[in-house]
Amino acid sequence: MAEIQGGGGDGGKKGGKVRSKKTSTRIDMTPMVDLAFLLLTFFVLTSTLSKPQTMEITLPEKPKEGDKQPEVNEKKVLTLVLGANDKVYWYVGITEPRAEKTDFSKDGIRKVLLEKKATIRDLIVLIKAMDDSKYKNMVDILDEMTISNVQRFAIVDITSADKDIVKEAKGS
Amino acid sequence: MSKVKMHRSTPSIDMTPMVDLAFLLVTFFMLTATATPDEPVQVSIPSSVSQMPIPERDMIVITISKDDKVFFTVDGTFTRAKMLDEMGKLYNVSFSEDEKQIFSVLTSFGLPIQQLKQFLQLDREDRKGVTQGGIPVDSLNNQLKDWVLQARLANPKVRIAIKGDGDSGYPVLKKVMNTLTDRKVNRFNLITGDEQLPSEVKAAAAAAKKPA
Repeated sequence: MAEIQGGGGDGGKKGGKVRSKKTSTRIDMTPMVDLAFLLLTFFVLTSTLSKPQTMEITLPEKPKEGDKQPEVNEKKVLTLVLGANDKVYWYVGITEPRAEKTDFSKDGIRKVLLEKKATIRDLIVLIKAMDDSKYKNMVDILDEMTISNVQRFAIVDITSADKDIVKEAKGS
Repeated sequence: MSKVKMHRSTPSIDMTPMVDLAFLLVTFFMLTATATPDEPVQVSIPSSVSQMPIPERDMIVITISKDDKVFFTVDGTFTRAKMLDEMGKLYNVSFSEDEKQIFSVLTSFGLPIQQLKQFLQLDREDRKGVTQGGIPVDSLNNQLKDWVLQARLANPKVRIAIKGDGDSGYPVLKKVMNTLTDRKVNRFNLITGDEQLPSEVKAAAAAAKKPA
């Protein structure tokens, strides 16, 4: 059992007195150790290891009346439409676009983004989320922007034209 | 004689170092542990590669639950009490000092302000049983807008974070984001879980850093 070795300084003394002192300093530490480990186990199990992180996003200010919207070359615009069931539809340009369907896997939208980033200079990505897409999809696509290092992207409201394009792509 | 002596000395082990270590660890875990407040809803947050830690103080957290309800919280008892007071004036609901006291130590809530008084009058245990319907964020009745405004007036340093369940729908997020941008809050955080950067991206980033 646990004990504290007492009487370190009584080297020179001998006799009955010293002996009785020696035994009195022994403390049974077992209950204390039990308690210590109980508390230890409790705190180890309850402590959360991974703290959640944050992702900072900055939205553009709401345009005031009379503000001129910047014009961009449509060839540089890549539109991503987030659809239902974790699917992404993408197309380049605005005139007669043909949407293609892909997903959030490594060979899905990331490949498209990297490819377009390599071929198009000053690529602008527009992210449009359909009403039946999930919050998760939005976080994922913002993540892909970080991973593929796309500098210019914007979250834009979806238009009915986009919905038609997606509908077409869904059928094919 | 010698046999007897040996028996006496063997079964004692010195536990002191072990106890020292055990208490050191206990102290460490006790000090690092933070009590998690009980939230009205459980959300499973999506993961992202972002590595930015959450500030621990001065945070508004807007929680979006799985069934698209919106909850709101801000830290700081003083901020909360002041915010509730102002909100009461705005919506003609008067809160007593007791109710303000209770509100200031609560966590997230998701009730229209008209039901909040009744909720605060409940017992602690009863309060847990209440299913909260979420704060109205419609364009006609947008109370979230006022909560955000009053919280920012009460504590100007406050930052805003959205903690959404991965399966909550996009329309709610859009409503919340519109509410914030209407109030000229264009910069806010999305709370996400931890995720490792894909290895090939990491390697590319390291390579890009080297020459610079």
